[in-house]
Amino acid sequence: MEKKTALNAIHRQLGAKMVDFGGWDMPLHYGSQIEEHHAVRNDSGMFDVSHMCAVDLAGPDAKKYLLRLVANNVDKLKDPGKALYSAMLNENGGVIDDLIVYFVEDCRFRIVVNAGTAEKDLLWMNSRQAEWESKVTITPRRDLAIVAVQGPNAKARVWQALPEARAATENLKPFCAAQVGDYFIATTGYTGETGFEITLPSSMVQNFWKKLLDLGVKPAGLGARDTLRLEAGMNLYGQDMDEKVSPLNAGLAWTIDLESARDFVGKAALLAHPQERQFLGLLLLDQGGVLRAHQKVLTAHGEGEITSGTFSPTLERSIALARLPFEVAIGDTVKVEIRSKQLTAKVVKPCFVRNGKALV
Amino acid sequence: MTIPANLRYTETHEWIRKEADGALTIGITEHAQELLGDLVFVELPGVGKELARDQEAAIVESVKAASDVYAPVAGKITEVNEAVVKSPELINQDAYAAWLFKIMPSNAADYDDMLDAAAYEKACHE
Repeated sequence: MEKKTALNAIHRQLGAKMVDFGGWDMPLHYGSQIEEHHAVRNDSGMFDVSHMCAVDLAGPDAKKYLLRLVANNVDKLKDPGKALYSAMLNENGGVIDDLIVYFVEDCRFRIVVNAGTAEKDLLWMNSRQAEWESKVTITPRRDLAIVAVQGPNAKARVWQALPEARAATENLKPFCAAQVGDYFIATTGYTGETGFEITLPSSMVQNFWKKLLDLGVKPAGLGARDTLRLEAGMNLYGQDMDEKVSPLNAGLAWTIDLESARDFVGKAALLAHPQERQFLGLLLLDQGGVLRAHQKVLTAHGEGEITSGTFSPTLERSIALARLPFEVAIGDTVKVEIRSKQLTAKVVKPCFVRNGKALV
Repeated sequence: MTIPANLRYTETHEWIRKEADGALTIGITEHAQELLGDLVFVELPGVGKELARDQEAAIVESVKAASDVYAPVAGKITEVNEAVVKSPELINQDAYAAWLFKIMPSNAADYDDMLDAAAYEKACHE
């Protein structure tokens, strides 16, 4: 039986094409994923991401537990409301999931994990808690819904819908959150645009969604979410990294804290196996197809592989994220095998578009 | 779902229109464009190319996926529609107007093997 979010019926009323995503019945698009993409880049769009799972951690050991559980250093979260992106690793250094940790207040954290991995994550987290005898309760919040409102006009639209939220969120820096009544409002996202990710009780999400819809925020599906995150150079779990891949070879080295004395799950394995591959962007220069996951990349220094590829609606070119030999440099040209052809692509920094502007 | 009665179809979602000179005009169906979503790339065969029945003739790629378009009959490519190469979204806008290529069948009777609208509709639901 497929799982449904509280907005399922509304997606169907809006004419969404629904697909299975990690066991959830989710909107792929509501007509044209390219139009939805442009709406987020140029105005505002909203995504139902309630399939992702908020998990609350509370107890005297909450921080100590997270310091050991995740690869980024939760000690960086000095002030309540601050958020941190991190990988959660297994003992071999493989990525169990990527997630965001929010520091709510002393002894209280919230993490948000991916939909398809949520059950596995909770099993892992519970088993670590038991083994370490941590005084922390782990509570998955399936009673909550999450809506991401993204785009240059996203914040203004949210403040129109929720005037009471303005004062508390107006001066929030990126990667922070504030609780306003029932709404947990974070300046995070997966699009490369400004905006909010808003966690609220499922019972309230239909009204909230309708309010935003009336204000002109365009519903956007998983299709646009994928092209937006790829343009922003953000990884997708299951595609760019998984349990078999070291985060160091998946462009996540910046999130891994190997310097501090702190020990965390997977640290020993990462120290024993340093980075072997680079994780960079590709911009297709030739006509002849679209870059896709698993295509082979031929470089002067050996082969690489595309982990995610798509057509970029903003650049009107195909782009990709790829794992490449260490010696490949930004600016190099490489060949990508698409069907029987070898097409030329340029190696670029894996951030193609930010705040509506092309960077490559 | 729109399935014009004046066309013939394949189970692989090509539509086929018989022209006065005996050539067959080929496109992809509304159902196919809906499954693929926003199209961004089209590659067509060279004019004069000889194709076997069910051989890959063209490629259409959406943001989501790549898909082959097959020659429904054996024959020779006589014309291709460059407009859809330049603007693949024409196929999303009107799949039955945005044709891909024309093929002159080696055996005119092969056309009669193609599915009619009712049979295609049934095939889509199987």
